[in-house]
Parts: sequence; C-alpha cells; structure tokens
Amino acid sequence: MNGRFGLAALACALTLSAADARAEETLKVGILHSLSGTMAISETSLKDVALMTIQEINAKGGVLGKKIEPVVVDPASNWPLFAEKARQLLTKDKVAAVFGCWTSVSRKSVLPVFEELNGLLFYPVQYEGEELSQNVFYTGAAPNQQAIPAVEYLMSKEGGGATRFFLLGTDYVYPRTTNKILRAFLHAKGVTDKDIQETYTPFGHSDYQTIVAQIKAFGAGGHAAVISTINGDSNVPFYKELGNQGLKATDIPVVAFSVGEEELRGIDTKPLVGHLAAWNYFMSLKNPANTAFIKQWKEYVKKNNLPGGDSRVTNDPMEATYVGIHMWAQAVKKAGTTKVDAVRAAMSGQTFTAPSGFALKMDETNHHLWKPVMIGEVQGNGQFSVVWKTSKPIRAQPWSPYIPGNEKRAER
Amino acid sequence: MRSVPSAERRLLTLLMLLTATAARSGEAAPPEPRPPTTLDAATLDRLVKPESRDETIASLVEATDVHALPVLRALLEGNLYLGPTAVLVDRDGALQDALTGAPAPVDRDQLEQLTINNRLRRTLERSVAALSLLQGSASERLAAVRVLQDNPGPEVLPAVQKALAQERDRQVKEALRATAAMLALASPEPGQRLAAIEELRKAHAKRRLLQQREVEQDPAVLAALDDAVREVDLALQRAAMVGLFFSGLSLGSILLLAALGLAITFGLMGVINMAHGELLMVGAYATWLVQSAFRGSRHFDWYLLAALPASFLAAAAVGALLEITVVRKLYGRPLETLLATWGASLLIVQTVRVAFGAQNVEVSNPSWMSGGLTLLPDLVLPWNRIVILLFSAGVLAGVWLLLTRTRLGLLVRAVTQDRQRAAGLGVRTPRVDLLAFAVGSGIAGLGGCALSQIGNVGPELGQGFIVDSFMVVVLGGVGQLAGTTIAAGTLGAVNKLLEPWAGAVMAKIVVLVFVILFIQRRPQGLFALRGRALEEG
Repeated sequence: MNGRFGLAALACALTLSAADARAEETLKVGILHSLSGTMAISETSLKDVALMTIQEINAKGGVLGKKIEPVVVDPASNWPLFAEKARQLLTKDKVAAVFGCWTSVSRKSVLPVFEELNGLLFYPVQYEGEELSQNVFYTGAAPNQQAIPAVEYLMSKEGGGATRFFLLGTDYVYPRTTNKILRAFLHAKGVTDKDIQETYTPFGHSDYQTIVAQIKAFGAGGHAAVISTINGDSNVPFYKELGNQGLKATDIPVVAFSVGEEELRGIDTKPLVGHLAAWNYFMSLKNPANTAFIKQWKEYVKKNNLPGGDSRVTNDPMEATYVGIHMWAQAVKKAGTTKVDAVRAAMSGQTFTAPSGFALKMDETNHHLWKPVMIGEVQGNGQFSVVWKTSKPIRAQPWSPYIPGNEKRAER
Repeated sequence: MRSVPSAERRLLTLLMLLTATAARSGEAAPPEPRPPTTLDAATLDRLVKPESRDETIASLVEATDVHALPVLRALLEGNLYLGPTAVLVDRDGALQDALTGAPAPVDRDQLEQLTINNRLRRTLERSVAALSLLQGSASERLAAVRVLQDNPGPEVLPAVQKALAQERDRQVKEALRATAAMLALASPEPGQRLAAIEELRKAHAKRRLLQQREVEQDPAVLAALDDAVREVDLALQRAAMVGLFFSGLSLGSILLLAALGLAITFGLMGVINMAHGELLMVGAYATWLVQSAFRGSRHFDWYLLAALPASFLAAAAVGALLEITVVRKLYGRPLETLLATWGASLLIVQTVRVAFGAQNVEVSNPSWMSGGLTLLPDLVLPWNRIVILLFSAGVLAGVWLLLTRTRLGLLVRAVTQDRQRAAGLGVRTPRVDLLAFAVGSGIAGLGGCALSQIGNVGPELGQGFIVDSFMVVVLGGVGQLAGTTIAAGTLGAVNKLLEPWAGAVMAKIVVLVFVILFIQRRPQGLFALRGRALEEG
C-alpha cells in the first residue's frame, strides 16, 4: 500500500489525539500539496521534502523546545478544495504556518483564506508576480528572477540569437500573466507581434501532435524559440511528442519554466538534449550544501521506501521548500513565538545557505527571496547542465516593470 | 544561428577557393587552407579551454583530421572530462586518455565534465558530420551529409570537397554535390548563389533561404530567393496538411480504441456503463505491471506483446465481476445501471489509488516505438502513433470477425435482437450476457494498453475518456460497428482540423456543440439502430 491517504489519515488522527492530550508538546504546520490529480507529478515531491526537512529540524531538537508536527492534506489538484483545506488547517488544526501550493490558481484560491484568518503561507514555486500579500512568503522566483533572464539568454548570441517566440502554456493565470509580461518585454526589445505566437492548452492535455507541428512550421521561419509554461503531467506527452517528431534543440530550443528534474523523470531525454529550463537551483550543481542536501534526500527516500526509489531527484521547488521551512524555523526561534505577526517581522532579512550554493536572503520588505538565476540544458541522463548563471543572488521584482501601471505600486 | 566567429573570419578565403574549385564539383583536389592542425597535446589543450574552443574545432575540421573525430564526438555527447593530469574520454563506462586511448583509471570525483551549450552543439554536430564523411559506412556517410545540409558552416567545405573527390557511392556523391552547391550560398558570384538557391529549394531549407534574403543585394538572386521561398512554403503547407490529416486519423484511432468496447457493452447490450473509462485504466495499469516485470530483461522491448493479453484479461476479469455483481441485476433499468456503474467506477479508481498510489506511473515506449518515420523533409510521423493506428485497425477487424464469424458473435447478436426468442431457442442468455460484457471490457483493456503508450497512466485516466467514448458510440449510431468507426474518425479529424485555428480549448468546445446539435437533429446517430436497445428506448 502506498500510504498517501493513510499518511493523511494518520496525520489527522494524530492531530485529533494531540488536540486534547498533548496540545502543548508540538508545533503544528500544514503541508498543502496535491497528492493526486494532474499536479501530483510535481507536488508530491514537495510534500516529501517538507516532511524530510521537518524531520531534520526535529532531530536537532525542534524549535522553541518543541517538535514540529506536520499535518498533511491532499487538495487533489482541485482549486476550490485548496481553499477548503487551507481553512481546515488554519481553523481546525490551528497550524502555525502552511507550506504549500504549486499552481498560481491554487495560491489565488487560498489567498483570501490566509488573509482573512491571518495565516502564514510559504509558497515555494516560481510564479508570475503581480501579487504581494502580508500573509505569504514567496520562496520561488519572481519573473525577473527566471522568465526575463531566460528570454534574454535566448536572444543572446550564446543562446542562439532568437528573435521569434512561440509562447506555449497551460490555460490559467500563471502562463497568461507571464506571457503578458514577456510580450511587453519583447516589445521593449523590438520584437513585434507578428513574431510572437501564443497558444494555450487545458490542464491535463495529452495530445500535442498539432501543437508540435505548429511549432515546427513557426520554426521554419528561423531564429525561433519556444517558451513553455506548461504545468503538470501534460509535460510528459509534450516532451515525448517533441522527441518523437524530431524537433531538435539546436533548431528550435524549448525553454521551460515549470519543468525540472522531477517532471523529466521517466522520459527518455536523449532526443531532448539541449532543451532548456530556467530555475534558481539544479540538482547537478556541485557545492557542499547541495551534496549534503542530495545525500539527505536520497537517504530519506531509501529509509521511507518512497515510490520511485533510486530514481528520485531533487529540483528547484524542493530546494525552495527546504529553504522556506528552515527560514520559518529560524524566524520562530528569533521571535520566540509562532504568532504570525511576530514571525512575519522576524522573517525579514533572514538568511540561509541554500543548496544552490548561495546564502539566500529574505528581502527586508517584499517577502521574496533574493535568488541566483540559472539556465540549464537537458542532458541525456535527465539532469541539467548549467549554461548561464548570475554571479550572485538578485532581488525579486514582484511587480513587473513591463506591465503598465506597476511603476506606481508600493512594494510593501 | 550563424557560424562561429573564427570561422567567419576565414569565410572569405574559403569562398575564394570555393569559386575556384567547386564550379564543377568533384573535379579539383580539396584545398588546404592552412597547415594541417592535427590532434596533439597543444590542440587538445586549446580545445578544452572555452575561449579557444570554437577556433580549435574549426581548424581541426578544416584540416579534415579524422583522428579528432572521437574526441569531438565525446565532447558533443558529454563524454569528455578534464582529469587532474589529462583529458579523458568516457568510452562505454571506461575512462581513456583522449590522446593515446590508453586506459586511465581515475577517481570520477576528480573529473570535471566538459559541457557545451546549444550553439556549440550545433558547431560540433556539423564538425562531427564533416569528419564522418571521410570514414564509416555509406549509410553513415549519407546521414552525415544530411546533417550538413541542415546545419552548414564554411569550415566544413574542405571536408566536403575531400569527400567528394574520394566518394564512390552514387547516392552519397549526389548528396555531397548538392551540399557543396548549398555551401556556395555565401559566394560572391551570383551564378553560384543561384545554384545554391536551387539546391536549397529542393531540400526545403526555408530557414537558410530566409537568412540569405536578409543580406542579399543582387535583384536577380533576390527574385530567385522569393520564388524559392514561395515554393518551399507551398511544400511546407502540403506537408502540414498531410500531418494534420494524420493527427486527425491518429486521434480518431485512439477514440475508436476507447469506444470499441463500449460499442459492444452499450451499443449492442444497451448497458450504460459509466465504469467503461476505468476498464481502460485497468488495461493501462496491467500494461504497466507487465512492463515492471520486464524491466531489466533483455526482452524489455517486447513487453507490449505480453502486455496485450494481460491487459485484455485484466479488464475482462474486472468487467465480468462488474457484470455478475452489478449489471446483471439491472438489465432493462438504464437509470439504475448508470448510477450503479458510476459508483463502481469510483470504487475502482479508489482501489487503484490505494494499491498503486495516486500519482501517475511511468510507462515507457519500447525503443522501436520511439522516434518517427520521416515521410517528407518536414513531416515526421511518430512511430507510436503509427503503431496505434494499425493496432486499432487490427482490433476493429478482430471485433468484426468476432461478431460476424464466431458462434459467440452469433449468440450475442441473437440475444441483442430478440432476447425472449433466443432464450426460447435454448440460448443461455445470462451466460451470453456475461461473455459479451467481458469481451467488451477486455477490448477496453486493449484500448488502455494502447493509451498507455501515448498519454499518462494514472487513476484518473479513464475519466478523460468516458465522455469521448459515449460521444463516439452515440454519434455513430448505437449498435453499429461501422458507425462507431466513422464517428471516431470524424470526431478525431474535426477536432484536429479545428485546433490550429481555434486552439485546443475551443476545438473541444466546438466539437461538443457540434455533437449536441447533430444528436438533436438525428437522435439515432449516423446509422439507424435496431434491436433490443431500440425496443427498450
């Protein structure tokens, strides 16, 4: 038995029993990731790595002399259910913080709940920006820490000098907003609308024949690149189709913003060598913090007999989850309490030496991490080799300067 | 994506030589643009350093040094490492000195892999192809020429010339001649450029023609370029139309596989089986289980052959169980059947979740189903889709034979058309029902096996197909195999034809609206139905 539901049930049971007898002994935190449905391919690992991180902190004595107790729920890739589960975590389980969400639509769904109940959400995935909530800490990248540098790279000589762009995404708020920002950015760079094509597919779409054919036709015009914001398990049929139809990265590179080591696991990446992904961390990075992180993850997978076993990998949102939980624990220690307002104040300026090899800092004002930007090319073994990166972490701009009206927005 | 800078500097010299030697191809000896740069320690050192890498590759290729081929290929494939003392090549897991080929037992932790990016990959691909022209089998040489036609650069010219002079194979020689002519696109002579344009037009190299159009000055050449681009555009459009037709056919074949089982259980027997999608899912999971059993075996590529009977039997068993426990009690009560089978579908989904986890499982294509068939230069038909197309035709033929040529088929048709009279004639109708339902479910299992090769396999797999399957059967006319086939093809084609114009989301909506309108106009579907379903309706 796989035990996902068992785990959730166990967590609930623990919660209930803890509520009466041992309420003072643990600090409860919520883990809000889809463990079924179209997003399970990406989010399951985040739940796993969150549990690993909590175990690590507990092994070192926990925080404020108490153990952290995770409450795992499964919102099942169902956006309204995210809000329901978030409310349950905050009101029934009374968790001190929630680590969760992948898609922006799920974050938008829980946002009113966190603001109403003054909860604390740590969001570990790169996103489209255009949002800044008192109640959220964003440990993934804002557009200027991922999307914009990736497009700049594609336009550079090393990146192939692309001048025409095919924007392909899943049909929801993140791809649409990102593409709006990218279109404005490309306009600023002198790319006209006739050289930009935008296409969307529904969540869970699995037949990419015509879209890959469209990309080929678009690419025949030369200097073309694809920017993919496809999310979830649709990426598997998309990349399979790319490989089968022989669309090579040296002709038309595909740069993806939501595809990492985990999504490519189980796909034969040999026909995909050279396609790109932009992130702030790759598993292939060589530094002591990453070596330790990977070792810890591999041991955790083995000890808990997680599905996938040896083939399990680390990726950027996992790193961001890991950093987020550690920073929260540090902030709680500093504040001496788990009260949301105190922890929020203590979060500002927190630093943590991340597996990316950099000491990441939570910005003093804008609730976003300073992050290094990296662009990697897919290798035959499913890993990425970094072909471009910033020399140091850069500050997030949640309000993109390429969207009109944003220049007037305050950042706090 | 122009060539490397160092190569560009040498471009002019080369082109002068080209105009002198390549006018009548194959006539002159290959030019020697500079003293040959062979692979020695100093060259290797320059190759390893990023700043001198481009120039070193270009000079090795210009010198047509085939000894450099293994090292360049290793760099291209990510098998070149910087060791503590020497540059090493990873050959099938064994480390060797890149210069001498001697085994070099070095701890892998001390190695630094030399990585490349797409720009360098492009350079290396053409460099490796250029040097491969001079050795290897005829088919390898031909493949190398094809790479060069797609991805040319001035530095490959000496290798092409040299190969042209020594080539014996007619096909390769012709391809080489065309490539040499294409390389003359940058020549100062308009005549040569025209010849190059002619070759590029034949090869449908639209991208290179467009690049040339940006820099071309000569009006006559520009006119030829415009003509060539127009003609290539037409050819590309034709290829795109064929491709679109194929995707429609492919989607149709998938819909057919998903719906064929339902054509028996719903079409013939009149059972509204909401758990039909889950039978597809059971077939897909059976395929996954068989694949897991084959993993690591020498015969992994042939696991599908074992998966076919397994998925059929697994789904047939689940179907038989469903018939005995639920459907049998409810014949003739479509509403109750609908509710009960829907409940059963939830039960099956949850059971699979508990047994195998809620995430998708990985079903990989056997190697012979990866890649595609290059029909035209611009049209690649993926093997997995071709195989599924043929497979669905095979299953269709099988079902047709079963229904028309076997005793079971005869009994099923008899019971379907007139249950009472069939029973009166001694047919054990409950047994026939059970068998027919199991066979219909088994066919759904085969469909699931095919689906596992193109999509994701997870507990929710079936839910995405249940609406489509019913749509196909109802549109085709309940109880009609021919109707089901034509409806599947039509829906696939309409969906795919709409997609490029309306987008994937709109296409689905339009198809649904179309089906609703059609059914309103013609409730009996494409083909009129007869038999028990009609009497009960």
